Amino acid sequence: MKKILLVIIVFFLVLPLFVESRFWLGFWTTTLFFALLGQSWNILGGYGGQVSFGHAVFFGTGAYVSAVLQVRLGLDAWTSAAIAVAAGALVGAFIGALSFRYGLRGSYFALVTLAFAEVFRVLANAWDFTGSGFGMLVPMKPGAANLQFADRSWFYYAILLLVVLAYALTWRVERSRFGAYLLAIRENEDAARALGINAFRIKLAAITLSGAMAAMAGVFYIQYYLFVDSHVGYGPAMSVNALLAPLIGGAGTVLGPLIGAVALGSLAELTSLLLGKEPGVNLLAFGVLLLVILRFLPNGLMGLLRGRS
Amino acid sequence: MLHIINFAHGSILMLALYAGFFLFTLGGVDPYLAVLILAPAFFAGGYLLQRYVIAPVSFGKDTNVLLVTLGLSIIIDNLALYLWTSNTRTIDVGYAQVFVDVGVTAVALPKLIALGAAVLIGILFWLLMTRTDAGKAIRAVSKERQGARIVGINVEHIFALSFGLGSAVVAIAACLLLPTFYVTPQVGNAFVLIAFTTVVLGGMGSFIGALVGGMVLGIVEAYSGLLLGESLGQIGIFVIFILVLLFRPTGLFGQRA
Amino acid sequence: MAVLEISDISKRFGGLLAVSQASLEVQAGRITGLIGPNGAGKTTLFAIIAGFARPDGGSVKFDGREITGMAPHRICRLGLVRTFQIVQPFGALSVRENIAVGSHLHERGRARALQEAEKIARQVGMQAQLDTPAQSLTIAGRKRLELARALATQPRLLLLDEVMAGLTPTEVNEIVAVIRSIRDAGVTILLIEHVMQAVMSLSDDVYVLNQGRIIAHGGPRDIASNAQVIEAYLGRRATHA
Repeated sequence: MKKILLVIIVFFLVLPLFVESRFWLGFWTTTLFFALLGQSWNILGGYGGQVSFGHAVFFGTGAYVSAVLQVRLGLDAWTSAAIAVAAGALVGAFIGALSFRYGLRGSYFALVTLAFAEVFRVLANAWDFTGSGFGMLVPMKPGAANLQFADRSWFYYAILLLVVLAYALTWRVERSRFGAYLLAIRENEDAARALGINAFRIKLAAITLSGAMAAMAGVFYIQYYLFVDSHVGYGPAMSVNALLAPLIGGAGTVLGPLIGAVALGSLAELTSLLLGKEPGVNLLAFGVLLLVILRFLPNGLMGLLRGRS
Repeated sequence: MLHIINFAHGSILMLALYAGFFLFTLGGVDPYLAVLILAPAFFAGGYLLQRYVIAPVSFGKDTNVLLVTLGLSIIIDNLALYLWTSNTRTIDVGYAQVFVDVGVTAVALPKLIALGAAVLIGILFWLLMTRTDAGKAIRAVSKERQGARIVGINVEHIFALSFGLGSAVVAIAACLLLPTFYVTPQVGNAFVLIAFTTVVLGGMGSFIGALVGGMVLGIVEAYSGLLLGESLGQIGIFVIFILVLLFRPTGLFGQRA
Repeated sequence: MAVLEISDISKRFGGLLAVSQASLEVQAGRITGLIGPNGAGKTTLFAIIAGFARPDGGSVKFDGREITGMAPHRICRLGLVRTFQIVQPFGALSVRENIAVGSHLHERGRARALQEAEKIARQVGMQAQLDTPAQSLTIAGRKRLELARALATQPRLLLLDEVMAGLTPTEVNEIVAVIRSIRDAGVTILLIEHVMQAVMSLSDDVYVLNQGRIIAHGGPRDIASNAQVIEAYLGRRATHA
C-alpha cells in the first residue's frame, strides 16, 4: 500500500513537467480541486455517516468571504484566506450545533443542509455587499502575495499541496480515537453512546473540520477563477459535486475522493468526446455512474481495488 | 406516508410538465384533459421506477433511497436539459387570462381550479387510505413493515403502488400548473424543497396536513416576497423548513412522536 | 452500600404503564438477575437506568450518586454500561475494531486500544474472530461481541440484556462461564434473562418484574417456588405445584 502511495505522489509531483498543454494542466488542477472538496464531504459523510446535501454552504462561504474581504475591505489575500477557512469552520459548527442538538439524522439532516445552502444562496444573491446577482469579481493581480499566479502550474502545485495536507490529516484521523468514534457513530449511534461516546461533540467536531476543509477549497476556487456568484458558490451543483467524488471513489476511505475525482473527470472528458459538449451530458453520465456504483459497488471504486489486493 | 424521501419528486414534476407541454403543442390536448392521459401513465411509470429501479439499487435500505433518488433526479434533469435545452416554454390557453372575483381580489381561474382539485385529491386520498384494501395495506406497511410482510402483504408492491400514486398526483399537479407556469429543466428543483417543506410542515402521513401546509407556505411565500422583496423572499420557505425540522419534526398534524 | 439503587421508577408510554414504582438494589460484586414474562418492562427499566429513557417518576442512584436522566455517555463514563437486547454491532468494523471502541474510553492511543481489545476478545473466547467483520458473525458471535465491547469500557456495573437469547445449550454454558469470570474479576452484574437455568445458577439475587411491577425478590430457590412468580409466568391454574 505504501508503495502505491509513493507512486501516486510522485506521479502528481512530476505531472506539470510532462504536461505541456494548458488544457491538461487545467484538467488535473480541477480534478485535484474536486478531490479536496470531496474529502471534506468524506469526513462528515463517509466516516461520520452524516450525509450532507448542501456542502456548498461551506464551499461558498470560503469563496465569498475571501472575495468580500479582499474586494470590499481591501485585506490581503492570505489573511482573507485564513479568515475564510475559519468562517467555513464556524458555519459548520453553527449548522452542526443546531442539527445535532435537535437530533437530526439521515435524510432529515441531508435535507436541512440543503435548506441552509439555499438560504445562503438567496442571501448572497440579494445583498449588494456580496455582489447580489452579479457575484463577486476579484481583480487580477498576479503575485504570490495576492495568492494569484501568472504561471498556472503554480496553482496546480498549490492545490496539490492542499490535497496532500488534507489527505494526510484524514489519514491521521482514520487512525485516531476520533476516527474510531466517528465510525462507531456512523455504524450505530445508540451503541456508540452506550459505550461512552459523546456523539454530539464528535459529530460537531467532524462538521467543523469538514466545513473548514470545504472552505479551503472555496478559497482556492476564488483565487483560481477570480469569480463567484450565488449559483456557483451556494448552488446545488457544487453540493452534488462534493458528494459524487467520495461516493464513487469510496466513502470512508482516505483515497476514495481522489479516485472518484479522477474517475469523474475522466468520464466527463470521455462523454464530451463521444456525445459532444451539450449541457447536461456530463452530469447525465455522472448520475448513471452513481446509480451503477450504488447498485454494484456500494463501497465505491476503492471496494473494487481492495478486493483485488 | 411510507417515510420515504423521494428526491426525484421534482424531476418527475418537470417530466410531467414537459409531457403536458408537448401534448398541448403537438397534440392540441388541453392540460385539464391531459390529466386523463398523464395520471395513469405516470402512475405506471412511477410504479415501475420504484419496483425495478429504486428498490433494487438501494437494497431496500431507506438511507440509500435518498442517494438513489438523487442519482435519478440528476439523470432525469440532465436528460431533459440535453433533449429539450434550457429554453423556457410556456403554453397559451385562453382561460389562463380569466380572472374570478373572490371578493377581496381577483384570482386567475386556473389557480382556483388547482385549489379545488387539491382539496378533491386530498379527500380522495383520505377515502383511499381508510376505505380501500390497498389503502389499508399502505398504512399497515407504513406502521410495521415486517408485520405487514408476515400477514401476506407484498411490501415491494405496496411501495411501488405508493410511488405510483405519488407520481400520478405529481402528473395531475403538473397539468394544473401548466396554464400559469413555465417549463424548464430546472423547474423541478425549485419544487423539491417546497414539496418536502409542505409535507414536513403538515406532518408526515397526514393529507389534511399537506393541504394546510401547502396553504400556509403559499401565504408565507407571498408575504415574505412582499416584505423582503423579490430575491430575498424565497428564503421564507427554506427557513420554515429548517425551523420545522429542528423544533417540531412531527409537523402540524403528524403521526410519529 | 448498594452499587445500584432504583427507587419507585415509573414510566408511561401513552396509555401504557410500562414500569410502575419499581425498586431494586444491586449489591457490589454480586450477580443480580431480573426476570419476568415478555413485555414485563425489563428492557424499559434497563433503558432508564442507562440513560436512554427518562422515567416519569423515581430515581436511579449509582454508587449513591443520582444519575436519573443523565446522558448515556456520561453514565457509561461513570462505570455503568449496558448491552442491547437486539444486538447493535458496528457492522462494517472488525471484531477487534468493535471492541476497541469500548477500550478507547480509557485508552486514547489507537495501538493500545487495539491491544486491549485483543485481550478482551481472548477473555470472552473470540480470539479466532478478531479480524472478522462484525456483520459476518452469527447471532451467538454478535452477542458475545456485545458483551466484549461493554467489558472493554472497564465497567463497575454491567447490565446484560438477554445475552443468551438464541444460543445453543453449549453456547449458553460457555457464556455462563464467561459471566462468572467477569464477576470474579470484580464487576457487578445485573442481567435480564429468559434462559431460566442459567439465571438461577448464576444469580445471587433475583428480582421478578411483571406488568411493570416488582412482584418478588429473593434468592433463586425462593423465587423458583414463589407462587406469584409461577402464576405470572404460567397463569393462575398452574400454582399448585
